[in-house]
Amino acid sequence: MIEANAVYVIVAREFKKFVRERSRLVSTIARPLVWLFLVGGGMSRLVPTGRGVSYMQFIFPGILGMTILFSSIFSSISIIWDKEFGFMKEILVAPISRFSVVIGKAMSGMLLSTIQSVIILAFFPFLGLRIGPLEIIGIVFVCAVLAFALSSFGIVLASFYESYESFSVIMNFIVMPMFFLSGAMYPVKVMPPVLQYFTKVNPLTFGIDALKHLIFPLEKGPMSPDFPFVIDLLVIVAASVFFVTIGGKAFERKG
Amino acid sequence: MQIIKVDSLVKKFGAITAVDGISFEVEENTIFGFLGPNGAGKTTTISILCTLLAPTSGTAYLNGHNCHSESSEVRRSIGIVFQDSSLDKDLTARENLLFHAYLYDVDKAERKKRVDDALAFAELSDRADNLIKTFSGGMKRRLEVARGLIHRPKVLFLDEPTLGLDPQSRSNLWEFITDLPKRHNVTIFMTTHYMEEAEVCDKIAIIDKGRIIASGTPQELKKIVGGDVIYLKTTDNQKAAGQIRELFGVEASEKDGEIFISVLKGEACIPDIIREIGERVLSVRMQRPTLNDVFLKLTGKEIREEYASAGDDIKEAVRSYRRRHDRG
Repeated sequence: MIEANAVYVIVAREFKKFVRERSRLVSTIARPLVWLFLVGGGMSRLVPTGRGVSYMQFIFPGILGMTILFSSIFSSISIIWDKEFGFMKEILVAPISRFSVVIGKAMSGMLLSTIQSVIILAFFPFLGLRIGPLEIIGIVFVCAVLAFALSSFGIVLASFYESYESFSVIMNFIVMPMFFLSGAMYPVKVMPPVLQYFTKVNPLTFGIDALKHLIFPLEKGPMSPDFPFVIDLLVIVAASVFFVTIGGKAFERKG
Repeated sequence: MQIIKVDSLVKKFGAITAVDGISFEVEENTIFGFLGPNGAGKTTTISILCTLLAPTSGTAYLNGHNCHSESSEVRRSIGIVFQDSSLDKDLTARENLLFHAYLYDVDKAERKKRVDDALAFAELSDRADNLIKTFSGGMKRRLEVARGLIHRPKVLFLDEPTLGLDPQSRSNLWEFITDLPKRHNVTIFMTTHYMEEAEVCDKIAIIDKGRIIASGTPQELKKIVGGDVIYLKTTDNQKAAGQIRELFGVEASEKDGEIFISVLKGEACIPDIIREIGERVLSVRMQRPTLNDVFLKLTGKEIREEYASAGDDIKEAVRSYRRRHDRG
């Protein structure tokens, strides 16, 4: 059973805190921009991409994916903070189902990540990209679904850890590898076969691939999307359902 | 009516038995105190009553609902103030209360009013829109008590409510708490290891090593120790002591230049004693037994810090066991 009021207030709390904490907003926006313009801008001169998209344009979908990945995981990891500082008890003794808590947290992550990715998306004219209004709607939709999937994944992670010391473990051993094995910085098709295998079990890969379809649909060369658009969508929707279910189970177990 | 009924409750964490077959009942709209040193099993019992832990065996009923199998009915009937603050320190007082009102599905038309009332009740109306991180320990505790009442629970649990507060805010908080049953039609279930604080309770259960070793009203418990002690200094202690034994038929012996007399109602005896042996009395003082004396008498040890720290070891063992097995 899902209690709408509980879900609403859990999301509202995260949103309030997000808006209030300016430094967090600035840093989550700054990181992708640094990658986009400093790494992307520098690499553009090294990586010849012929007449197709430039390297900086190529990593734009990946940078959107990065924004979503970091902010979704960060948002869900706040569950560990809530446990550490006692607030989780207030939620756990309330007459609401554990699943409502999980849905509330996943939707918080989805909302905050989507807002941040839309801010990054607004930089596309500076990269010389042309994106139509329909595509923009599609991009926001893909970002939201991907954010829901990754936030749910974050909840599963958070359920395994008790203290915030584990945060750096999650960041270094899960989040960073997920980012580099997602086709964000280099196309999946140019990777060694072993690494390709990892990219294919990473939902972020398919989210970013869907964004590539929407951001440079006409690209044909090595920088083009790696999978069919329909497959991308199916995978991220399936990942959302899968992780939110697992997250619900992981949470209930602690009853 | 008995609002809480606990029967032969046992909770084991691996090899450690935190709660060892306790039974008790709590009368509606009273203050019930669960008294004992750290690690005696108080918090574990509360966690079972609050549906956060499943008992190993035995039953617990609250407001007619089973605390294990009917957890959501039980949750609706209780409010809890935990040992450690469970406020969100990055939200304001009002936001914390609103969060609670939504979680407990308080009727939309009533939400705002109940939050305002709770703020007024906690005497924090003027700080309503300040962040919790700017609040003192006493303010936070008052706010948590007020928050626990927003959804009109039948039972309010207070786990060591004055832990970590300074004496001033401690006594303020007690005034505030003793008022609750009348004002809010609620039963208070509290734990403490400060004996003197348990005096406000209507009924007390003393718990040690997971078992209830005594229960009753504070007065009843003090009778276990044997009533008040009167200390007399007289011009001739030996003679006076003999007279008192003869006239009142009570124990009176001399120690360190004082006669000490054990009686049930000290304040009523003093005038009689002075009337009889008046001319010889130099000074009189009386000591009432404290719950600490009761605990001392029952267990042979004080409920003091050195003992408390032994309890902390048990606490830590339980915590690490739960970390490994139950996760939260």
